Amino acid sequence: MNIIVCAKQVVDVSEVKVDPSTNKPVLTGIPKKISDIDKNAVEEAIKIKEKIGSGKITTITVGPPDAKEKIKELLAMGVDEGILIPAPEEFDYHVVSSLLAGAIEKIGEYDLILCGEASIDMFSGQMGPRIAGILNIPQITYALKTDASDDRIVAERNLGDKMVTTESTYPALVTVTKEINEPRLPSLMQILGAARKPIHDWTAEDVGKAGLSAMTRTLDVKGVPMERKNINFEEDLDEAVPKMVEMLAKDGVLN
Amino acid sequence: MKLEMSEEQVMIRNMIREFAEKEIAPLAAELDEKEIYPAETLKKLAALGILGTIIPTEYGGAGLDNVTYAMVIEEISRKCASTGVVTSVHNSLTAWPLIKYGTEEQKKKYLPILASGEKIGAFGGTEANAGTDLGAMATTAVLKDDKYIINGSKMFITSGPRAGIIIVFAVTDKEAGARGISAFIVEDTFKGNSAGPPIEKMGIRGSLTSELIFEDMEVPKENLLGKEGAGFKIALSTLDGGRIGIASQAVGIAQAALDESVEYAMQRQQFGKPIAKFQAIQWMIAEMATKVEAARYLVYHASYKKDLGGRFSKEAAMAKLFASETAGEVTSMAVQVHGGYGYTREYTVERLFRDAKITELYEGTSEVMKMVIAGSLLR
Repeated sequence: MNIIVCAKQVVDVSEVKVDPSTNKPVLTGIPKKISDIDKNAVEEAIKIKEKIGSGKITTITVGPPDAKEKIKELLAMGVDEGILIPAPEEFDYHVVSSLLAGAIEKIGEYDLILCGEASIDMFSGQMGPRIAGILNIPQITYALKTDASDDRIVAERNLGDKMVTTESTYPALVTVTKEINEPRLPSLMQILGAARKPIHDWTAEDVGKAGLSAMTRTLDVKGVPMERKNINFEEDLDEAVPKMVEMLAKDGVLN
Repeated sequence: MKLEMSEEQVMIRNMIREFAEKEIAPLAAELDEKEIYPAETLKKLAALGILGTIIPTEYGGAGLDNVTYAMVIEEISRKCASTGVVTSVHNSLTAWPLIKYGTEEQKKKYLPILASGEKIGAFGGTEANAGTDLGAMATTAVLKDDKYIINGSKMFITSGPRAGIIIVFAVTDKEAGARGISAFIVEDTFKGNSAGPPIEKMGIRGSLTSELIFEDMEVPKENLLGKEGAGFKIALSTLDGGRIGIASQAVGIAQAALDESVEYAMQRQQFGKPIAKFQAIQWMIAEMATKVEAARYLVYHASYKKDLGGRFSKEAAMAKLFASETAGEVTSMAVQVHGGYGYTREYTVERLFRDAKITELYEGTSEVMKMVIAGSLLR
């Protein structure tokens, strides 16, 4: 069973602050990490490999050179090897998904591709479906449970108001949700062992996607202003509580 | 000179930090309140390899250096000082003397079960009337056929009621003074070995501490650690390393007090603004942070000296003296930053304040640290 996981390095969004004077997010000096849900995808890949009993897990990352430090964390968790492809100066979902798909085609032999349902920074949810589209393979999105066997994968999809169970033969691409599992922490021995696992540097040329250019442009990124209402209920509890409930209901918070 | 963590050290620190945040922090207050031993956490720490941090890989450990070990103990202690000291004693005071002085057979028999956490380690040095004056111990060991018969008792033994492997010191030759003390590897199941009830303590209340009582305890001859009469030297060199563990624990407690104070100062409003806006609070925070940082680098330096393989007694004593007194001062300031709330059980700094004091007492008091430092200078 050869499994490929697409893993993105992101800024730790919980540390991002918005500059009140410009209303723009301050991104310098913010620690980076592998996007949380991509780690869930890695954990699921390791579980599937453990269940099947053999195979290889490869992660592919499009990002800057410092992403190698974070890829090592995935190697420590149980990934066998990593691939890092530098992003061109101007990139968008089209460019990154093309590079990832190109790398997957270059790897050639694969059964399953796992992605997070979305990255925690942009949260577009496009990457998995785009890759499956380019590769022209079946996709199962928003999996919160998988059951993989030698020749097929069954996944329970969380579609908000309903659960749908879907099955596919390989090759297939599955995007997972945050609830699917709890990513493991590597042991000291696994961390030390990660140094011996390879991280390959591939270029856009290597994956047959040289000269790609972005098809969309980001014009601006702004913080969403959230005004607090600062309402104090000064009355006794017996009066204040129903009043507050009524107000919350009016604002649609309780429905 | 480079003061930079390696990639592996960053990964290890991040791993243990995440573990401590998720698995240790939520239990810390209850462990303290109800005096609960962190047995489940120790199993999880074992699975991550932490209980074998310094144990060589051929005996099932991670074989890591002392600087990384110091980072690990700091991160655990930052969330729970009780779990921190149990882990420190297990590695520094039980595994280390086995690694350093054990025979190949002893290492093969005992190190893997310490690394896997199957048994937790303890150190039986102190007695009711022999604390700082370790040479005054009264516990005796007499060789009879192929067994040593040990009689006596040990006091204030960390993990005492739960430990499976204890390094016990006893007098084998009364006439020879300090040179008549020997070290033994003792298992909890040895006939004649028993532990007293946990002693109620001011802090580190989750790390059960008790008396160990030996009544005609039979210890196989092959469990003598090092040579007969080498016990005092083994105890002192082991405690040198143990002090790095306790100094790391102290840094962890102090860092936690700083973390809590920064967070509280930013939220707590008085006179219409966060108290962090007042210079009185800012100065306390600045002083706390500076002391914690200084203590941490003294610990790293002592650990680095130990890694180099030469003498490190002075550096370990300096690190422990400074880090433990820093923990005392910084936790006291943290309570001050919290005002009346800091004196209540509801706030973590109250526990940190109680936990900090022990670091100035065990594995050598601050006064002993000064004796060691002065002794190495005034020769």
